[in-house]
Amino acid sequence: MFRVARLIAAKDLRVELRSRVVTNQVLPFAAIVMVMFAFALNSDAVVSRVAPGLVWLATLFSLLILVQRSFAIENADGATDALRAAGVDPSGIFLGKAMALAVQLAVLELVLLVSAVVLYSTELRVGGIVLLLVTFVAATVGLALVGTLYGGLAGGVRGRETLLPLLLLPVVAPVLIGATRATESALGTGGATVADGWPWVGLLAVFVALFSVGGTLAFGPLIEE
Amino acid sequence: MDPVVHLSNAVAVLGQFPVLAGVNLTVNRGEIVLLQGPNGAGKTSLLRLCAGLLPLARGEAVLLGCDLRTQREAVRSRVGLLGHANGLYADLTVGENVRFWGATVGASKPEVQAALQRMGLAQRLTDVAVSRLSAGQKRRTALACLIARRAELWLLDEPHAGLDAAARDELDATLRDAAAAGATIIVASHELERAGALATRVVEVVGGQIRTPHGEVA
Repeated sequence: MFRVARLIAAKDLRVELRSRVVTNQVLPFAAIVMVMFAFALNSDAVVSRVAPGLVWLATLFSLLILVQRSFAIENADGATDALRAAGVDPSGIFLGKAMALAVQLAVLELVLLVSAVVLYSTELRVGGIVLLLVTFVAATVGLALVGTLYGGLAGGVRGRETLLPLLLLPVVAPVLIGATRATESALGTGGATVADGWPWVGLLAVFVALFSVGGTLAFGPLIEE
Repeated sequence: MDPVVHLSNAVAVLGQFPVLAGVNLTVNRGEIVLLQGPNGAGKTSLLRLCAGLLPLARGEAVLLGCDLRTQREAVRSRVGLLGHANGLYADLTVGENVRFWGATVGASKPEVQAALQRMGLAQRLTDVAVSRLSAGQKRRTALACLIARRAELWLLDEPHAGLDAAARDELDATLRDAAAAGATIIVASHELERAGALATRVVEVVGGQIRTPHGEVA
């Protein structure tokens, strides 16, 4: 399973390096979303207060594009069918695609965080760095797992472009809430302390555990349908 | 005789619709079998059943010595299906695609190189992106992937579609070489003259069943 996962992840990342969809399309999209939020809110105090939520909302919107892209490369020339027909372990496919998605999300989130610091005057606190890092890792892995699972679910049906957001956004609500609260605590937004953030990281960890086990088991039957 | 495919009264259903209605077919190692018949006769469904992509509803199906019902994954790992799509990644090079598919079964570098060599892809095309290839070159790349995957049973659905005359000749030569090397090949095609000349046996599929040359159900 892990050999297949490494193979799939390496292939997806190589495809991304060649096509540069994340670099040329998703990153600018996410940056534009951040700028638009600033225009819409039009108040330094408000923007600074809601910056963590805006970072994670922009991440979610970008996740939709990344997931669509991740499965579009499989469906373009029938590779999903070819993988099934070749008997490639579906659990390995799931983990591999999630790993590649997590790497792309991590790059994206780094850019978004820097954008928040530059555009929203968000301040990073030394005391909150560990919480911030753990939050970003847990939320990234959670989003990658659930994105891959629902991408596989929507991948084989007609109207998948519109179906995916409908299916995915309600499911990732716990990640949005947990990651936003934990990021607020790490940054000290609205007087939150670092200690307030760790229970939210716990929520993210439960989410990751649920979707790593559930996704590994469910992905095979999903792509068989 | 070494039967690679043995179907006995095999029935497959899509939704409520029976796409294969009791197929009896035996194919031996090294044979090239042409499936012919009108559109909707069940040729593609028969290939997909043999590939383990269409569930067997009733009857028996033994492929490469494995029962399709209980050992589907074992069958899949030894069968190569080439349908209307090639299963290639357009942004990767020919070499990267063949290496990827070979790696799914743990193929070594020399095996991948041999697959590229056999398809005439080793010299100029290894480092060319698949998106820049002609239809015939893509087909050859897909066949190289089957070789790298060590597929023993090749299931080809309209393999000549979209190829020019030269590419068709190349493909036919490739398939004859593969069969001579021990691969068993089942081809579904409407190009009866060309595929018939290639095949060692022609089988007619009508209404989800195999018909004898006298029009009776086999």
